[in-house]
Amino acid sequence: MPTNVLMPQMGESIAEGTIVRWLKKTGEAVDRDEPLFEISTDKVDAEIPSPVGGVLAAIYAQVGETVPVDSVVAVIGADGETVSAPAEVQDERDEVPAAASPGSVPNVSRSSQSRRLSPVVRKLAAEHEIDTAALVGTGGGGRVTKADVLAYVADRRRSGTDHAALPEAAADRRVEPMSAMRRSIARHMVTSRRTSAHVHTVFEADFSGVAALRAARSESAAAGPAPGYLSYIAKAVADALAAMPVVNASVDGDNVVYHDQVNLGIAVALDWGLIVPVIKQAERLSVDEIDAAIIDLATRARSKRLTPEEVRGGTFTITNPGSFGSVFGMPIINQPQSAILCVGAIEKRPVVVEDAVVARLRAFLTLGFDHRLIDGAAADRFLARVVEALEAGGRPASP
Amino acid sequence: MAADLPVLEVRSLGLVPYAAALETQRELVAARQSGAARDQLLLLEHPAVITVGVSGRRHRGHVLASPAQLRDHGIELLDVPRGGDVTFHGPGQLVGYPIIDLKPDRCDVHRYVRDLEEVLIRTVASFGVAAERVAGLTGVWVGDDKLAAIGVRLSRWVTSHGFALNVAPDLDQFSLIVPCGLAGRGVTSLERLTGSVPPRPDLEAVVAAEFARVFNRRIEIRE
Repeated sequence: MPTNVLMPQMGESIAEGTIVRWLKKTGEAVDRDEPLFEISTDKVDAEIPSPVGGVLAAIYAQVGETVPVDSVVAVIGADGETVSAPAEVQDERDEVPAAASPGSVPNVSRSSQSRRLSPVVRKLAAEHEIDTAALVGTGGGGRVTKADVLAYVADRRRSGTDHAALPEAAADRRVEPMSAMRRSIARHMVTSRRTSAHVHTVFEADFSGVAALRAARSESAAAGPAPGYLSYIAKAVADALAAMPVVNASVDGDNVVYHDQVNLGIAVALDWGLIVPVIKQAERLSVDEIDAAIIDLATRARSKRLTPEEVRGGTFTITNPGSFGSVFGMPIINQPQSAILCVGAIEKRPVVVEDAVVARLRAFLTLGFDHRLIDGAAADRFLARVVEALEAGGRPASP
Repeated sequence: MAADLPVLEVRSLGLVPYAAALETQRELVAARQSGAARDQLLLLEHPAVITVGVSGRRHRGHVLASPAQLRDHGIELLDVPRGGDVTFHGPGQLVGYPIIDLKPDRCDVHRYVRDLEEVLIRTVASFGVAAERVAGLTGVWVGDDKLAAIGVRLSRWVTSHGFALNVAPDLDQFSLIVPCGLAGRGVTSLERLTGSVPPRPDLEAVVAAEFARVFNRRIEIRE
């Protein structure tokens, strides 16, 4: 069986790599783990070992080419097997399921997708730095065609995420290529818009109970500083997600994947972008433990000390633009998750309580959800549960 | 507690020709991969040499001097199998080559480079220099001037090459190249910034200590 060799992911914020040299020629034998090629990313060169033993059948990325992470750079054939790359590419087509319906996420693995590209399409995709695995193919057997790539490029240009089409610099403006992180965010956001049927619902929560809890906590010096408001919200969300698995689920093709754990992503704004570290198994943690985790992850995110594992595997995300003064937001879902909570500014507002206008500590909570999976009633039940828990002073809502 | 940390052997090698240092690194990387060696930090200095990486070969224009001029200055010109553009090494630099295994918990090239920058920023801070990172540009900078260059090679997450801190090099020699292909930015040194040259042993001790702190290692000094 031929095996694809992929451009490896050398770091969490790294989106692409440049081929520096090939250590084997086409037709040469290579052992498993023997150095096969060298790449360069951000002043770092790396020697990449072969994933399998065999014969280097074809090289797709030439020296000097910069290709996205996970794109196929070469194919290795079995030992003794005479491999002609196009023939083996043809064979792969039988394994691929019938064409995905337009607009749906193709349920085709990355490697088989990339393998079925014609050289023209591959070159075109590389020129425009497109990850063809993210495209829906309209060709035979779901194959990505030249037209698909061109349509995507046109689409990308319209949506303003095409860094390849930068205007020329002039005296009155400055042109800079996007950083790898910026490009990654751009791609992620547009993909999410295209993938999910975004709907938003907004509730208002009264934080007087949480404020009282925090005040009581601050008076007992022995207990340490009180957790932040975000930690109480995260706790309420984790409990509600554990009780309503559909909000913690993902869509995979025509399947729904329910996650046993609540892995809570917390969006952290950075001077140079945005990152979403994940609190694993948040449903098992107390408010204090969540608070410690948020502080730790946010601190390390800002000093670039997160491990790749710590930004993977999220099942739901909380974003907190309220800390910048936003009253409420309409967040984009963090794929492949199905919902995201946006916390608005927590501030004193006039509210009517028993026919009197009083000042209460309030905030808007927006749930952005994927209507492919979550219906409005379920979304509202979920958010109502979060609000109820917060208004009960951070205690979990009754089931 | 400290005894639990992995060992970092620190070796002070003095003046080593570039090609010889390449060979030493190759051997140590193989030894580290096979488990025959522990993590190491080599501290050394090179005779004047301009090295050209793969991306520099296409536009030699970043080596500004002619071969004859380079000969007159006693500077060697070497093509080296790395990415990146043009680098100058010479006496008066503190060159550090960490040969460490980033597995299992530090497998991220950005993080490694940022960590090296951190080591150097802390090191020069203890000599009174406030250096910083420049977004998008690797290395350690003071204003628009580069104080330390970084270039790294990984082989199955074992590192080689590393950093070159300008302590008191002949800064004129940098005018023979456009460092790292970055036109419009200059170079500086600890000597130029502070007016004095810290004793080499002090500098090596500080950089080793900061490296051990940033990378969570315990130092063992080797002859």
